[in-house]
Amino acid sequence: MRKILVLFAHPRFEHSVVNRALTSVARQHPAVTFHDLYEKYPDFNIDIKAEQELLLAHEVVLWHHPFYWYSCPPLLKQWIDLVLAFNWAYGPNGTNLRGKTAMNVITTGGTREAYLPDGRNRFTLRQLLTPFDQTAYLCGMQYLPPFAVQGTHRLSREDLDGKSSEFRHLLDLLSDMQTEIAAFSGSALINDHLKTFADGK
Amino acid sequence: MGSDFLLQATVYMGAAMLCVPLARKLGMGSVLGFLLAGILIGPFVMGFVGEEGEDIMHFAEFGVVMMLFLVGLELEPSKLWKLRKSIIGTGLSQVSATIAVVGAIALALGSSWQAALAIGMSFAMSSTAIVLQSLKEKNQLNGAAGQNSFAVLLFQDIAVIPILAVMPLLALVPSQANGGGHDTLMDWMPGWFQAVAIPLAVAAVIAIGRFLVPGLLRMVAKTRIRELFTASALLIVVGIAFIMTLVGLSPALGTFLAGVILANSSFRHELESDLEPFKGLLLGLFFMAVGASVNFNLILNSPVTVAGLTLGIILVKAVILLIIGRFLRISNDQNMIMSVGLAQVGEFAFVTLTFAAQLNILNARQTGLLMAVTALSMALTPVFSLLNEKLILPRFGTLQSEEKPADSINEKNKVIIAGFSHFGSTLGRFLRANGINATILDHDSDRVELLRKLGFKVYYGDATRYDLLESAGAAEAKILVSAIDSPETNLELATTVQKHFPHLELMIRAKNRFDAYELMNLNIMNPYREHLDTSVRMGTDVLKKLGFRAYSLHRAAQAFVRYDEDAMVELYKLRHDRNLYISASRKQIEMQEELLSNDFRQAPDLTDHAWDSEEMRQNANKS
Repeated sequence: MRKILVLFAHPRFEHSVVNRALTSVARQHPAVTFHDLYEKYPDFNIDIKAEQELLLAHEVVLWHHPFYWYSCPPLLKQWIDLVLAFNWAYGPNGTNLRGKTAMNVITTGGTREAYLPDGRNRFTLRQLLTPFDQTAYLCGMQYLPPFAVQGTHRLSREDLDGKSSEFRHLLDLLSDMQTEIAAFSGSALINDHLKTFADGK
Repeated sequence: MGSDFLLQATVYMGAAMLCVPLARKLGMGSVLGFLLAGILIGPFVMGFVGEEGEDIMHFAEFGVVMMLFLVGLELEPSKLWKLRKSIIGTGLSQVSATIAVVGAIALALGSSWQAALAIGMSFAMSSTAIVLQSLKEKNQLNGAAGQNSFAVLLFQDIAVIPILAVMPLLALVPSQANGGGHDTLMDWMPGWFQAVAIPLAVAAVIAIGRFLVPGLLRMVAKTRIRELFTASALLIVVGIAFIMTLVGLSPALGTFLAGVILANSSFRHELESDLEPFKGLLLGLFFMAVGASVNFNLILNSPVTVAGLTLGIILVKAVILLIIGRFLRISNDQNMIMSVGLAQVGEFAFVTLTFAAQLNILNARQTGLLMAVTALSMALTPVFSLLNEKLILPRFGTLQSEEKPADSINEKNKVIIAGFSHFGSTLGRFLRANGINATILDHDSDRVELLRKLGFKVYYGDATRYDLLESAGAAEAKILVSAIDSPETNLELATTVQKHFPHLELMIRAKNRFDAYELMNLNIMNPYREHLDTSVRMGTDVLKKLGFRAYSLHRAAQAFVRYDEDAMVELYKLRHDRNLYISASRKQIEMQEELLSNDFRQAPDLTDHAWDSEEMRQNANKS
């Protein structure tokens, strides 16, 4: 079983219905270590050593956060700045993360259509996440396309249940040693792959 | 002589060790314990000590002198000035009303008018020793009851001067007048000098306190000989007491004045901690001497008279005080505390009654009777206070809050805050700003009154009491926060809660590391040291003013606090039991040494390499 580290960053978690559903899926999954960054570091004072040890103990890292202004909330950026240190995560001696997998799990208010070249956000989610892609790349990690729940403002209860089970399915696949993780890369959203996987079974 | 002294010391200390912890355990306070010990070893129960009881009392009265010096130390001149109205108003009315009423009763019972006046003046006094000691022990010195009691006691101390001056004028046989307590230097001086001497002596005390003592103490402190400092502290008190007796003033008043003057000095705390044990021992001795001098033979011969007189005088004094308190608009429960507390006849009556007997104003039987009444009334004070506390006060506090409108019936607060002075109120306001209403326990009834008006749910009383916690809803609450200042009270509270409400999470304020250790002994592993965050925040601001960047400092400060809390747990584990037995100041130094030498190696600072590109730069230059 691959071990999954969910780094959850939400400054206003108590108001997010969608993330309550997604996090409860993550918390219950046997392969997941759920790590609530804003709960752990309300003062932004990240314990770098402890975070690096967590990373070493897992094969898959999920950056789970709402998509604020085309990026992550500031604490997750703080985490990246501090924990992915020179000569630990990258640089000549920074080989600790090599071979691991990273991806974003994202909620956006805008719909998928809004994140198209002719939509109001002009770029796709995948394009806007390029900095994360490159971060993973520099650390020698494999970066996968994001899992996204979009149009959260108008999501029905059924839609949300569907997304929750999709997410559970993703966690199953990621933790399963049989899964060829590389097969996920290359598409816009990992959600699309999950459908084909589900159909194939 | 030598072995006799040792025997006596053994008897006194043994009795104290036996009775005082017992009295405390029963919730009665140490004063009653010492009194019981005195009665136990006195001539009428076990007879270990006999007639020398009175000599010991004179010696032990010095404890009262010392106590007033210490009280003065805690009272800055500006604070005393604010009290001037209560000293004159409350004090004067209490003393004159009591003299009038008691005198009238004595007259009605058939005394001569001279005797009646002498008795009135003797019985107007209350016991400074007992009242202040119990107010302090119960943390009530700063409430309305404490402040007014203190004002009355202070006025009584001043009133001693005219009372001693008037006594000889009442004498029926003037030739014996000089046999009394008045054989001071003054009697050999010409009249004009006597008139100047008193203000001169007061001025001398002020000058000594102001100019001589601080210089002297600084010099002594430089020698770094601790014993010498203790000796100097004693010298100040003894010397001033001597000057005052020389001119016939109350030594307690003189040392009090000196204490007030030294309240602003930097040596205040050293003086306090050096004199505290002496004061405690002497006062204990004093109370035991009072207990030992209760003449049970007399009481047994005329039990009805003694009992009647004792209860009568207590009742009369208490009622007069209650009426005065009413006029001052002191709230009912504070008024009760004050009136019951001050209702006994004070130790000063022993002096005036003896004096009156020597002047033939009173006969031997009267004197004996009145002395017995005095001692008995002092012995009964803690008992009455206890009854007042357990039976009468709860009616003022708890009942009132239960009469509140029905809207609060269903609302069970999850948080109880014990203590609502500066610390507690800041915490409570923060909780309230976030929609959490806590139940508050406080022992200052004026504050309770105010908070109730503002719509808080407040219970009045001692938070360590099981029944009060119960009625405040401790059984349903989730968290009990103690913001109480006194570490002893906090420990007591924690023990009570752990015993009766084990589900309640305890979050407790600690004064310092040692208090924190005490709490950790009770398995409360997250004590909140009150200085920790503030001092680090202040240090952050110091560094900011030196040009360090705010955010780096912020992070360093957070890391330091975390480090310090971890270090505390570590040191707690390593702590030796011998620490219990070394003096507090020694302990403090040892701990600081330990902390500082460790810090040098491990304490977090600004150099944690976050966002630091130096290493990358070096790497880039290499290639």
